[in-house]
Amino acid sequence: MENAFGQPQTLVVLGGTSDIARGLTKRLAAARAHTIVLAARSRALLDEASEEATAHGAANVDTVVFDANDVADAQRVVTECFEKVDGPVDLVVMALGLMGDQFKKEDDAALAAEIANVNFAWPVAALAETRRRLVAQGSGRILVISSVAAVRVRRNLYLYGGAKAGLDRLCQGMADSLEGTGVRLQLLRPGVVRTRMAEGLPNVPFTTDVDEVVTNILKGLANGDAVIWSPPILRYIFLVLEHLPKALWRKVMDR
Amino acid sequence: MTRTALSGWGRTSTSYADVLSPNNEADVASALASSPDVIARGLGRSYGDAASLAGGVVLSNRELNGVGPIDANGVVTVGAGVSLDELLAQSIPRGWFVPVTTGTRQVTIGGAVAADVHGKNHHVDGSFARHVLSMRLITPTGALTVTPEVEADLFWATFGAMGLTGVVTSVTLGLIPVETNQVLVDTDRLANLDAVMGAMKTGDDAYRYSVAWVDCMSRGKHMGRAILTRGVHAQPSDLQSSSLSSPREAKLFVPFDAPSGLLNPLSVRAFNEVWFRSAPRHEEREPQSLATFFHPLDGVRDWNRLYGRKGFVQYQFCVPDRSAETVVAAVDLLSSSKVASFLAVLKRFGPANQSPLSFPLEGWTLALDIPVGPSKLPDILDRLDELVIEAGGRVYLAKDARLSPEKFAAMYPRRDEFLAVKDRIDPERRMSSDLARRLDLVGR
Repeated sequence: MENAFGQPQTLVVLGGTSDIARGLTKRLAAARAHTIVLAARSRALLDEASEEATAHGAANVDTVVFDANDVADAQRVVTECFEKVDGPVDLVVMALGLMGDQFKKEDDAALAAEIANVNFAWPVAALAETRRRLVAQGSGRILVISSVAAVRVRRNLYLYGGAKAGLDRLCQGMADSLEGTGVRLQLLRPGVVRTRMAEGLPNVPFTTDVDEVVTNILKGLANGDAVIWSPPILRYIFLVLEHLPKALWRKVMDR
Repeated sequence: MTRTALSGWGRTSTSYADVLSPNNEADVASALASSPDVIARGLGRSYGDAASLAGGVVLSNRELNGVGPIDANGVVTVGAGVSLDELLAQSIPRGWFVPVTTGTRQVTIGGAVAADVHGKNHHVDGSFARHVLSMRLITPTGALTVTPEVEADLFWATFGAMGLTGVVTSVTLGLIPVETNQVLVDTDRLANLDAVMGAMKTGDDAYRYSVAWVDCMSRGKHMGRAILTRGVHAQPSDLQSSSLSSPREAKLFVPFDAPSGLLNPLSVRAFNEVWFRSAPRHEEREPQSLATFFHPLDGVRDWNRLYGRKGFVQYQFCVPDRSAETVVAAVDLLSSSKVASFLAVLKRFGPANQSPLSFPLEGWTLALDIPVGPSKLPDILDRLDELVIEAGGRVYLAKDARLSPEKFAAMYPRRDEFLAVKDRIDPERRMSSDLARRLDLVGR
């Protein structure tokens, strides 16, 4: 069971090798998480991440390999993760994401489909199965990593931002649907984070490192915030950006 | 059945369970027989997750509400769902008081057994268990009457076990005689923690009741300044007029959740300052009503809402006498880390009883409320756990909402002895709770 600070004892991380996922897993393992299942695409990275979790104090760490382009496989992955935990799951983190290379291949149908699958279709299918299992259990939380890019989709990143926007909005409805079930869904909207995924992005204001995001997540889990912003000030900045006139918005964001 | 949201008094970790309110032993037994996971719940005054059970069945004991006649020796049999408030309303006019009372009257007798509660008189009268003559206990494998002689290991294992041995349906206990509804109270204002601990160590034996309220926000030479209040029951000759009326219900209440952050280091520091200065430096034999002296928490109903939506945790630990410096180290850690804490409560404990999971052990206990919010708070409390373990002490399960299973096992070395008793009467480990799951007391 999670404790009063929202620190889970059992944890499933879908996309468990992303930098934010690994940072979060380490901190949760050091706190209370004794049983952790990490799922991701690369066997080699999974081995690295699971060694890390063990080194930080998790007693049981297991892994599942999957390809997020294969939407039909999502249910199998979630099922396997829950079976490996073998008991109530306190927290499921949806941490997968693919930014892609929109600049180079804007009109590439295969890339567009892949970005939509990894950022939206696969997570939605996985969330359906996760929701079913947690509601039956009567407890647990889901943390979905969205992005500030989902708040207002920008010209340079509309494939990624649009897919995240779909996930973000869907999760708002799903969070409401969970009222009274004992299960909670929380959204994380980070700004630019210095990670592998963000390599090559310009260093915009309010860029943070992984540690800072993780600290904000832990605080959000303890406080039960429906939407966790990182850094927190982005909540207000995007409140303004969201309502800028289009010309001004593009001027600000398309530099 | 519709699922009901349940949380503890600290309003953290809400979980959902099916709630039933059986009013007889047979219904309790059939609920136990038909549910894979069950726990009893009283008035929900434990602070954490002891009386909630996600996805399981929670049995409210409030319909088990009979109060039997009080015999000439003060012995009475009451339903487990009777609150101290309800019992006192009947007993005080007849000249009887409960032998042990918590800081609120809003706890049930069943809850008092489950937590093996203590009061301001632990150094003289021990915890609740000492005053219980027998209990009816419905376990998953049958209904029993347990006493210190019959099924003694089960009797003792039930105290402090937070409901994990079964559902207590009725309790026979011994009340203590009182001739008035007043307590004669001596008050002392003490400049720091050393002074108050010294005064308690040398002077507590002269009083049946003793407690100190400690300011955990002040630093330097005033660290741990305190108001020490100690008292004895008043005799009619001590008072100009005396009566035996029972306490009245609180008139003040908190109508809605305060904004989180209302209780912050600044506001708490200001409150503590006013509170400290408003107490007399030294006062003797001041008559106070039983309610004022024993149940300060009942002055304002729903006061837990003051902590806002995020809720709060209470950290209560005890350490043996030889580790008194751990109390100082704990107050130092808390005051230097600047997490807002209202007045902490400091008490001396008398000898422990033989219950494997009972909290009190001879020495000192300190309890403090802290709002959830500061991101360093979980780590600070983990650090406190380590200090407490090093000192040979433990934290109180009735207050706990965040301990780890490893540290629980280190604090309660008789855990396995308890589980051996539990496995005999509950081999499938049906009696469970969110707390039991969190502390690895029921397996997964």
